[in-house]
Amino acid sequence: MNYDPIDIALTLGKIALVFFVILTMAAYMVFAERKVLAWVQDRKGPNRVGPFGLLQPLADLIKLLTKEDFRPIGADKWLFYLAPAMAAIPAIMIFAVIPFGAPLTLFGHTVTLQVADLNVGLLLFMALSSIAVYGVALGGWASNSKYALLGSIRGLAQLISYELSMGLALVPVVMLARSFRLSDIVNAQSGCWFIVYQPLAFVIFLISIAAECKRIPFDLPEAEGELVAGFHTEYSGMRFGLFFVGEYINIIVLGGLAATFFLGGWHGPWLPPFVWFSGKVLAFAFLFIWVRGTLPRLRYDQLMHFGWKILTPLALINILVTGWWMVLRG
Amino acid sequence: METYLFYILAVVTVIGTLLAITEKHPVHAIVYLVTSFFSLAVIFFLLAAPLIAMFEVIIYAGAVMVLFMFVIMMLDLGRPDEATLPTLRQWLLPTFLGVIILVSIGSVAVSHYGAPSAVHEVSVKEFALILFQKYAVAIEIISMQLLFAVVGALYLGRRRTP
Repeated sequence: MNYDPIDIALTLGKIALVFFVILTMAAYMVFAERKVLAWVQDRKGPNRVGPFGLLQPLADLIKLLTKEDFRPIGADKWLFYLAPAMAAIPAIMIFAVIPFGAPLTLFGHTVTLQVADLNVGLLLFMALSSIAVYGVALGGWASNSKYALLGSIRGLAQLISYELSMGLALVPVVMLARSFRLSDIVNAQSGCWFIVYQPLAFVIFLISIAAECKRIPFDLPEAEGELVAGFHTEYSGMRFGLFFVGEYINIIVLGGLAATFFLGGWHGPWLPPFVWFSGKVLAFAFLFIWVRGTLPRLRYDQLMHFGWKILTPLALINILVTGWWMVLRG
Repeated sequence: METYLFYILAVVTVIGTLLAITEKHPVHAIVYLVTSFFSLAVIFFLLAAPLIAMFEVIIYAGAVMVLFMFVIMMLDLGRPDEATLPTLRQWLLPTFLGVIILVSIGSVAVSHYGAPSAVHEVSVKEFALILFQKYAVAIEIISMQLLFAVVGALYLGRRRTP
């Protein structure tokens, strides 16, 4: 295989860009969430550090880094240290397959604004999101605390259940685009977004990704009323920070995937593609914050019933209907 | 480049699998096994079989092992450090099966089968066509078997009314 130095440099550049943008966005998502929640609840929110409190993420970072790194007695040392990374790394790796802009031409090279255009991109997303389960499970188990263990068992069951409906909701997208490659899926929507053909699949996917992010109304793994903080109860300092940032990275990445699969990715009139894509991602992020500000938490049995008895059968019926529709239309 | 990568991954896979067998603590064994599955998936990727690589991660690392972990976390493990070595009688059958596997690997290695060439990458479409046209009957039979297993599990797990 031949390696062109310019191609390698461009790929490394893209990776660095994605890391920088995602981590900055995740930090400011925390800030945005606090501001929007404050606005929903008629408070002011963080407004002391910098103008309008804009430097608050930096202050939070310093606080997290300088805190004592605490490990409970009887905790499983290596797994306790590994678990936060196992939660955050798969989340950021998923972004590698998301196309975030139209292809550019630089130095006579066509540059796709996507780190890796795999022909199994959608499956890579499924694979990495199923790996991310280990962070929650091992973090809670290794803490040697019953609250953490209960939180992680809940988290495991919830993530497995909702991964199923999430995967099934994506099958019609693949059927319409006739490809697992994310750039093909985006190009197939240049005329009409898939949300028009597949509103039901979009709703199922949206509910499932809210559950995958462990957000209200699905935040049972960390239900603070009953489980202190769930699977990350025993974590402090930057290890807690990794779990926390991992959750916000997840929101951004899953929002980006929802935009890619159903809202045409970077396609849109008048504005440049990159702006369209970030606008869609931010809209999803705002939706998640809004939902958190307005909805209560589900009960655990309601969560399981909803996932297995409503979402999964609906997604299966949707696949059948889509198949018949495609056959009848030829 | 690919060759070096292959050897590194092969070493990781073999060591991970060995540690998964020898480790006494079940949760640690699962983590080692997941590591080995993951590097095996990358080896499949190097052999130009990205679809198989993804299935390896989704099904084995992501589903089967997660279910194992779910069960192990719910169980009271007792004291896994004090587990003893299996007795001779328990060794017998695994050794017999192991010898069969080793002999078959050896016979393949001695004969002149080359490694599958990584020139032609099988696309998802080709894979699906072969699977659902050439081997359609086999797929149907396997799916029926899985359905039986699901029905059996439902029967065993049903709520018994006294």
